[in-house]
Amino acid sequence: MTAGTQVSGEVVTAAPAEPAEPHETRADLKRKDNRAWWLVLPVVVSVAFTAIIPLMTVVNFSVQDVFSPTERVFVGLDWFYEAVRRPENREAFVRTLLFSAQVLLVEIPLGVAIAVAMPRRGFWVSVALVLVALPLLIPWNVVGTIWQIFARADIGLGGWTVNNVLGIGFNYTLDSTDAWITILVMDVWHWTPLVALLAYAGLRSIPEPYFQAAQIDGASGWATFRHIQLPRLRGVLTIAILLRFMDSFMIYTEPFVVTGGGPGNATSFLSILLSKIAVGQFDVGPAGAFSLIYFLIVQVLCYVFFTVLTRSGR
Amino acid sequence: MADIRLEGVGHSYDGGETWALKPMTWTWRTSRAYALLGPSGCGKTTLLNIISGLITPTVGRIFFDDRDVTGVPTAGRNIAQVFQFPVLYEEMSVYDNLAFPLRNRKYPKNEIDQRVRQVSQLLGLDHVLRRRSRRLDPGRQQIVSLGRGLVRAQVAAVLLDEPLTVVDPALKWTLRSKLKEIHRDTGHTLIYVTHDQTEALTFADEVVVLNDGAIVQAGEPAELFLSPAHEFVGHFIGSPGMNVLPAEIVGDVVRVGQADVGSVADGLPPGPVRIGVRPEFVEITGARRSPGVAARVTGIDRMGAYDLVHTMVGDHPMIARTAAGASYRPGAVEFLHFPAERTFLFRDEVRCGSLAPLNGRSPG
Repeated sequence: MTAGTQVSGEVVTAAPAEPAEPHETRADLKRKDNRAWWLVLPVVVSVAFTAIIPLMTVVNFSVQDVFSPTERVFVGLDWFYEAVRRPENREAFVRTLLFSAQVLLVEIPLGVAIAVAMPRRGFWVSVALVLVALPLLIPWNVVGTIWQIFARADIGLGGWTVNNVLGIGFNYTLDSTDAWITILVMDVWHWTPLVALLAYAGLRSIPEPYFQAAQIDGASGWATFRHIQLPRLRGVLTIAILLRFMDSFMIYTEPFVVTGGGPGNATSFLSILLSKIAVGQFDVGPAGAFSLIYFLIVQVLCYVFFTVLTRSGR
Repeated sequence: MADIRLEGVGHSYDGGETWALKPMTWTWRTSRAYALLGPSGCGKTTLLNIISGLITPTVGRIFFDDRDVTGVPTAGRNIAQVFQFPVLYEEMSVYDNLAFPLRNRKYPKNEIDQRVRQVSQLLGLDHVLRRRSRRLDPGRQQIVSLGRGLVRAQVAAVLLDEPLTVVDPALKWTLRSKLKEIHRDTGHTLIYVTHDQTEALTFADEVVVLNDGAIVQAGEPAELFLSPAHEFVGHFIGSPGMNVLPAEIVGDVVRVGQADVGSVADGLPPGPVRIGVRPEFVEITGARRSPGVAARVTGIDRMGAYDLVHTMVGDHPMIARTAAGASYRPGAVEFLHFPAERTFLFRDEVRCGSLAPLNGRSPG
């Protein structure tokens, strides 16, 4: 993509030089410059194989009713209408949106708080960095397995403690709220470090004189955070919010391992529902339509986030 | 406003092994404009940060008049400090930036407004008060950072740490004269850190030259130029810097190689010595008309208004400044004369005396 825009940029800048040379017409220049488009070819080819062709197979499925490899019927946009209309899908959409909102509300402030609290220099910097980064190094399904066991009421340390030490009834296999909380806490444990590391990097890039000026101006700790650190975290926080939104909105592995979407439908997020339709029931038509809509939602929401966050900075 | 007195103040970043700032006693007198001049890494910024309280010195005490402020934190010192690049609360308007130090100190609202307007008028920021500070050009931004310091009552001193680094050259003159104007109007003590001698010499009442963590000389610009007390001052101030030539005192005569160049007035003991003389005062004379040394011309820089004649005396380069259009030829041997009142003798880089005329043996 980048290579494409650069090349087309050259083509455009070359063209306006034309009036000074009467013997070279605009058409001459155009013919010469057009060869530059070949430079875009490698990008087009690789993007075609990595994105466009796989996507097109999904588009292909989404407009057909496939009975068997040889029997298929064109159904137009029927699967799309159905995907939007099905109550199960709508509930999963709301559930996923709610989950993402909670993830952002907890992880962003918590991550920033951890970053602010981390040491700025000395031996403890590396210790803190390693400790914070640890959850990020664990594979998704292992995280799921860890929490599946950790939160169990009978043999899991966490679940057992909540039940027997704190005396609160907790069982994520039976209770929807407990299951939801387990997934949320797991995600916070797994991904807050990412926000913290991004924010930490952002904080470290603030030149020392800003803090010195704040000291001279008699700013309190909170005022320093509010007026110096936070404004300068805008960039990294935009990235953190986008990444955490996309990831949490598409969360699959961990709830699949911990709750399998249950109890009932309590933790059936869009991705879990989608894989049920596509892999479980092998309804490739509805699944194709579903994933295209899913894809579109992620794109639109990311665009909205990005626009709002960058606009507010100007 | 107050005299700022440093008593035995020194600072070490590595627990006393090396001094970034060697222990010194020095007073910044109230209402004067000082330039703190020195090369990078000589301890200028450390000294500045000690005054503003951002650094607590390893040894020594700091007094504002008679008040010991050594342990007083930055916020309690009423110091205005401007850094190398503009430090602003970028998402705030210019007005809010100026009001920020007062709001932090819980001033009443109408007083804040009154003071902010006073300062903005002084600095010529009236018409940009409502603008977001980050939209201003860097020069204006520096003015706003300065204003944040001036807005407080009883500012003890204004410290400027190479504030014009990011400002483009055309604006530098405007800003510098603005600073002078502010200094005249407010009478604040001004300490201006720079490594640019022109900036220092045009700006200050008094220039303090710092090298290797120690003050080597302080004085009015002309004094530093005409009468350097240290070889470093001679090198650092002036363009090109002072010539230095190894010589020897034999009896009461100063000799370069076999040639007598002058006598010693100050009763200096014999031995090796270094002659320091600025290119502006080196005279190229007709052969053997006065005491001097033979020098081979190696090249001429035509500077427009004047010429710089590069020569070699033995193995040592020597530059003489002459009127434009000098006709000296590379390779030719000329004689250099060092005028007595402008030529100084240095031992261990410190001035130990000056050259006196060669009595009875010299026509000029």
